[in-house]
Amino acid sequence: MSARNLRLTAQLDWTTLGLVLLLVVLGWLNVVSATAEADVVWDMTGKAGKQLMWMAVCAVLMMGLLAIEGEFFIRTSVIHYALVLLLLMAVLVVGKKVGGARSWFGVGSFGIQPSEFAKTATALMISWFLSRDGRPWHTLATRLQSMVILGLPAGFILLQPDAGTVLVFGGFVFVLYREGLSGNVLLVGVGLLVVGVLTILIGAGTSEYPWLGEASGYWWFLVTFASLGSLVLWLVHEATLPRNRKRMRRWGSTLLVGGLIFSAGIHWGMEHVLQRHQRERIHVLLGIDVDNPDADYNIRHAKAAIGSGGLLGKGWASGPMTAYGFVPEQETDFIFCTVGEEWGFLGSTVVVGLFVLLMLRVLVLAERQRSQFTRIYAYAVASIMFMHFMVNIGMVLGLAPVIGIPLPFFSYGGSSLMGFTLLFGILLRLDAERFSVLR
Amino acid sequence: MELKSRDLEGRQKILGAMVLGVGLIFILRLFAMQITTSHWKNKAERLTEEQETLQPARGLCLDRHGVLLVTNAPSYDLMVVPRLMGDVDTTALASILHVDEEELVSRLNKASRYSRYKASPLVRQLSSREYAQLSLELWKFPGLSIRTRSVRQNVQGLASQIIGEYREADREDLNRDDRYQLGDYLGKSGLEAQYELQLRGTPGVRHHLVDVRNNVRSTLTELDSMPVPGSDLTLTLDVQLQAYAEALLEGKRGAVVALEPSTGEVLAFVSAPSYNGNLLTGTGRGEAYDSLASHPWKPLYNRAVRGTYRPGSIFKMVQGLIAMEAGIISPRTTIVCNRDIIGCHGAHTADDLKHAVVHSCNPYFYEVMRRMLSQHPDKDKFDNARLGMGWWTDRIERFGFGTDLGGNLPGTRSGLVPDSSYYDNIYGRRHWTFRTMYSISIGEGELLTTPLHMANLAAIVANQGWYIEPHLVRDIGGRGKPEGLGQHIDVGVSAEHFEPIHDAMQAVIEDPTGTGRRAKLPGISYCGKTGTVQDGPRADHSVFMAFAPRDNPQIALSVYVENAGAGGEWAAPIASLLIEQYLTGKVSQETRERRIMGATYPLDPQFAQRP
Repeated sequence: MSARNLRLTAQLDWTTLGLVLLLVVLGWLNVVSATAEADVVWDMTGKAGKQLMWMAVCAVLMMGLLAIEGEFFIRTSVIHYALVLLLLMAVLVVGKKVGGARSWFGVGSFGIQPSEFAKTATALMISWFLSRDGRPWHTLATRLQSMVILGLPAGFILLQPDAGTVLVFGGFVFVLYREGLSGNVLLVGVGLLVVGVLTILIGAGTSEYPWLGEASGYWWFLVTFASLGSLVLWLVHEATLPRNRKRMRRWGSTLLVGGLIFSAGIHWGMEHVLQRHQRERIHVLLGIDVDNPDADYNIRHAKAAIGSGGLLGKGWASGPMTAYGFVPEQETDFIFCTVGEEWGFLGSTVVVGLFVLLMLRVLVLAERQRSQFTRIYAYAVASIMFMHFMVNIGMVLGLAPVIGIPLPFFSYGGSSLMGFTLLFGILLRLDAERFSVLR
Repeated sequence: MELKSRDLEGRQKILGAMVLGVGLIFILRLFAMQITTSHWKNKAERLTEEQETLQPARGLCLDRHGVLLVTNAPSYDLMVVPRLMGDVDTTALASILHVDEEELVSRLNKASRYSRYKASPLVRQLSSREYAQLSLELWKFPGLSIRTRSVRQNVQGLASQIIGEYREADREDLNRDDRYQLGDYLGKSGLEAQYELQLRGTPGVRHHLVDVRNNVRSTLTELDSMPVPGSDLTLTLDVQLQAYAEALLEGKRGAVVALEPSTGEVLAFVSAPSYNGNLLTGTGRGEAYDSLASHPWKPLYNRAVRGTYRPGSIFKMVQGLIAMEAGIISPRTTIVCNRDIIGCHGAHTADDLKHAVVHSCNPYFYEVMRRMLSQHPDKDKFDNARLGMGWWTDRIERFGFGTDLGGNLPGTRSGLVPDSSYYDNIYGRRHWTFRTMYSISIGEGELLTTPLHMANLAAIVANQGWYIEPHLVRDIGGRGKPEGLGQHIDVGVSAEHFEPIHDAMQAVIEDPTGTGRRAKLPGISYCGKTGTVQDGPRADHSVFMAFAPRDNPQIALSVYVENAGAGGEWAAPIASLLIEQYLTGKVSQETRERRIMGATYPLDPQFAQRP
């Protein structure tokens, strides 16, 4: 037993654990600051104290995870996954409705959010599935089955609805990319993003059309997009060698038609699917004028809080924007505002740097594995972290739409902290076993 | 097509680069938001820091004896914070505030546009009574609160035109001086505007941090400062004389200016009709202002400094003085009253200077003027007139005519003293002679003077050849008279020449046939001169200037009553009442006072029949 523990402490990646611990402690300090003075709204001992308790629980959980053989997680992946799917279904039925979404189980004064655990379970499941012998990525069956594994939990979460977590599931595309998914998929994704943004930007305005009068600027965009696309298609056709022409034509026209359909879908969705406040949030992000002065209330105040921090910040627990309730959700999704306001540019840069270091470290861990399972799982951890990092901080900096999604280890909330503890605990244990794995 | 696992390992770098790239973008974005611009910092300060301006007490206005003229009084503005208001019953609120519901809604919208979180005024300057009523109902309307501010109160409602208005700064004021913010008050006219810098004091400031509900959470005391009150303004006015003069002129159009000859200090400064300046504060300001502005007698027009009138006969003394100084006449010079060339009045055939003044003999001063414009026997009549006018204008201007008199009084006009180029412009060079413009010799014609000029003339005569530029301010904040105020000016006529003029002016009052006999005062020997100025088809303007007592004069004044009749009929008795009041502190001529006080237009019954 003692020899085993000795080996574990020797093999454990202290860098990762240290970064995680540092982030948790920094996060807690900010939660304390964000909730300390807002006694008009919340009971002070409540949030910071609860979070401290969750941290203790997670410390125990982490130690427990490190003590469990990695093989256990590999073998029970399917069970975790199935359990989470059941929970996700159950929460749709018996969940507590908070802020329009049914994503919580209420247990006394605490709440549990199954979607936080779904990320870990799905990461285990996809790692197990892809690392099994005889399931090469390039077969269509494997690809489709992978899609189903990722799509099922994402679908249930979408029904809650919790767009932020669904977006996180989108991060699994990076895992698949590492395992052989064509890079073109990422490029097409970027292309679609550009088309989508242009559709919204141009569709929000109106244009004057000859003979027809004024109408949405979108039709103008659609016509330009179609004719330019055809022109490019024809030019490419002329420029390529005859033997490649057929393939080029097929790909090109698929992209053009797909892009047109996607654009039309986005435009229709903006007008008919999204509710007014959601449409306004997107418009605010893209810098389109919105009549409603409250549309950008959250993000305006979040940016004011961060921007007012200056180089060194206003000092811990001394930022009036966070202390006096100007920033909404300031201890959860908008926790980075507290960092920006109170710790300034230097502190924010350090926090961003710590996250980047942690993610890069996880990528290093991933590539040093002999076990394919561990490698895929590590990529899943990095991707989930990356999505949270990108969407959360992007949101408070006004670079991404306002989507409720916590900042890992920083935001107040037991489920989130526990979910990420699970994610990293399993990773650390698997990594510590890297020399004992033969596969 | 299977990719080699070595190729796939390279993808680690691409993913790592993406992580690094996003991190870098965030750091750049943070740099742009936190370091390169203060935009967000200012925004946060606007949200979290509230500066409460502590308005200083504005300086008071006192009369020359320290009697309070203008003081500060509390007034109440109803403020609204739109965010706290919620769904409000505008009908009920409108009925409580006594405003139109539509108007109320538009004001509420305007407040929302300014700020949803900060208070903006909904109704300004409620009276104490309105405030008391409203405060009972206020609890029903969240988001409404009362802000106390200070407004001006003219204690006796005197001298309103000269003291001027203190009211809300307009857009132009805000652009000119960034010390003022929307809703601040400042002196807009008269002395309130002229001495704004001294009166306003320095505001203090108290910094608060507020939370999202606009509750004050903490104070930043290290930045706070206390307000410094404005300086008190001690005026030269004598409040008793001013009040009496305003009372005497009630129901009439005209002006009274009284000076202390030895100092140039203005003792009374009345433009009639006058009004009570307190009408122009409070919720009723707009209505009161409109009725004043549209009144046919123009009460807002300060006749004492802006009314330009022909001086009439009182100007004859100036003519006599400069002619004596130039040696053109002597007190013994006798001139025949030739009524063929210009009309005259009273029974006399040939007068010396004294009698010419007493009789106000027009041919005498016609001849004096003719001699002044014929000083070059070698030149023809055109050149003589032109050269003579140049000489004459110089001397007249030394009496302050045609100038603003330099005493820094608000809104003064210079009037007009025609010179040779003035006539050149009208008639052409060498196209005019003395015959063309002789009417200025008796203070008619093109000459234009204000009641202030005429009072100043009385002071010059009283002082025998000099005056101090008339001014209204005695002291600012205990620091004495502002530097440069009230220069000593010599008019260039020797004191000896004033003796016959004084004799004549005393006779005007004391001679049983004198035109100013109705101004006689028992026990006070003083000097005066009437004037009766034609005003087209309307009744003549009644003019009087005087100083008293003759020896060691204490007061010099001019009285101008528009379309009242002869100078001796109205202006002279008014002046006598004022003189007695000022010198003795009481009025013995009760019949005279009753006649003046009870008078209404038309004052001259001769003109009652005229259309």
